[in-house]
Amino acid sequence: MRYSAFSIVKNALSGNLKWKPQWRQAEPKSHYDVIIIGGGGHGLAAAYYLAKEFGVKNVAVLEKGYLGSGNVGRNTTIVRSNYMLPGNEPFYEFSMKLWEGLERELNYNVMLSQRGVIMLYHSDGQRDAYIRRGNAMWMEGVAAELIERDQLKKMIPFLNYDHARYPILGGLLQRRAGTARHDAVAWGYARGADRHGVDIIEHCEVTAIRRESGVVTGVETTKGFIGCGKLALAAAGNTSRVGEMAELKLPIESHVLQAFVTEALKPCIDHVIVYGGGHFYISQSDKGGLVFGAEIDGYTSYAQRGNLATAEHVMEEGVTMIPGLSRVRVLRSWAGVMDMSMDGSPIIDRTPIDNLYLNCGWCYGGFKATPASGYCFAHLIAKNDTHPVARALRLDRFARGYAVDEAGAGPQPNLH
Amino acid sequence: MASLITCPHCGVRPKEEFAIRGDASLVRPVPTASDEAWHDYVYVRANPRGRTLEHWQHVAGCRRFLVVDRDTFTHEVHSVTDGAVFARENGR
Ligand SMILES: Cc1cc2nc3c(=O)[nH]c(=O)nc-3n(C[C@H](O)[C@H](O)[C@H](O)COP(=O)(O)OP(=O)(O)OC[C@H]3O[C@@H](n4cnc5c(N)ncnc54)[C@H](O)[C@@H]3O)c2cc1C
Ligand SMILES: [Zn+2]
Repeated sequence: MRYSAFSIVKNALSGNLKWKPQWRQAEPKSHYDVIIIGGGGHGLAAAYYLAKEFGVKNVAVLEKGYLGSGNVGRNTTIVRSNYMLPGNEPFYEFSMKLWEGLERELNYNVMLSQRGVIMLYHSDGQRDAYIRRGNAMWMEGVAAELIERDQLKKMIPFLNYDHARYPILGGLLQRRAGTARHDAVAWGYARGADRHGVDIIEHCEVTAIRRESGVVTGVETTKGFIGCGKLALAAAGNTSRVGEMAELKLPIESHVLQAFVTEALKPCIDHVIVYGGGHFYISQSDKGGLVFGAEIDGYTSYAQRGNLATAEHVMEEGVTMIPGLSRVRVLRSWAGVMDMSMDGSPIIDRTPIDNLYLNCGWCYGGFKATPASGYCFAHLIAKNDTHPVARALRLDRFARGYAVDEAGAGPQPNLH
Repeated sequence: MASLITCPHCGVRPKEEFAIRGDASLVRPVPTASDEAWHDYVYVRANPRGRTLEHWQHVAGCRRFLVVDRDTFTHEVHSVTDGAVFARENGR
């Protein structure tokens, strides 16, 4: 069913009892041309574009939990393309452009809100670094604005401008950036993929990868063996574990990131604000809750829960930036397990095994990448060729000495 | 709880006092080792779900490098050994 104002009225008049499920509860067939492991945003987007753009119809997405139970439903929903490096910026801008057409493309309200993302700076050196980043964005045709302190004070009056250690001197603004409703992105892609014939199989965990004379022939799952022509990994924080099933050696560590939401308030925060003095970021959801997060917990972790010390640290950073936050109650906190890669940038590539494809290393920035990641991954799987904007994101970049290290932190995942 | 580490020299301390360097099971190759051996050492990680050995440096305490035997799923810390002792015991 296509959604429209008419369909809403019609369903309202029939008591909202006639809505159809958004995707079928598919049972696995014995063989697929392509199997994608992981029903997160990236796996579902890849399935959607495979079927829609590249004509590969016999596709299954296998998800061990329910759709949206991974990081796609756990993130702080920020979408932006204010990256600096030439290997990253065109890729994230491609994603931003796909976001801008996504609701029309999917006939689904993903609640894209281009409210603007502003990154604050606190010193002359940081201002210069942001000017450089803004210029790098302009060179790729992406608009960026430097906002000086006085102008910023008018825009965002409630910040702590005169903090003794981290006074706020200004910020770098990308107006087209903002937020999107994370679950809706997964649901919209799932519905779109389903309509193009993709089987979405939930509660189906891949437990082993079967290979014959080198090539992958299928996967063992909690619903039995399923054969495939090509196998694609999009397992977010569990990539090392899934990769191990095919003896892949990967440049990945799993780390945990927490997020928080407060009680609902009247509209007060109009932008996404990122605190350059630490790593705090905050926005207000459409329901009114303030959604925020900060840094990873610091050590490798597969637990989908964080530690209290980091929660405390996040609150401290938040209150340093917005003193009024101390009066707001936190309703919930949660955590997600992410692949931290060795240079902080993602990997979309073929693997040493010919029919095995890899999509991983999204660190804590992969939600914004969902459309481009899906598109480029589908391109790779269908054509066996890297999409031009993902060329710098290949697996062999470490061996060749072409790391895409946005933070300049070197091969230490917990610093990216 | 991995947010508290018992330093063998300083006692129970919050994780904020430590700099975490990651995998301590890796052995640095000899300078003349192959590019592949160096690549694996610098970039490739086993990343187990379960027990793992890690370097934690007690930067805001005794400044010693420690080897922490920790479970990455339960966050339980099984042991903390001084780095020099660990190296000696493991013939490094
Ligand atoms: C707290 C938090 C905040 C974040 N904030 C942002 C943000 O503001 N902006 C941004 O751009 N990014 C953000 N991110 C990062 C972003 O959420 C992720 O990079 C991105 O969602 C990962 O891709 P995915 O959606 O496909 O992953 P997931 O949704 O995690 O999908 C992977 C799926 O694979 C499944 N799986 C794993 N192993 C198996 C198996 N063996 N068999 C079957 N299925 C399996 C998992 O169950 C999971 O559903 C944040 C992450 C976290 C944790
Ligand atoms: Zn100590």
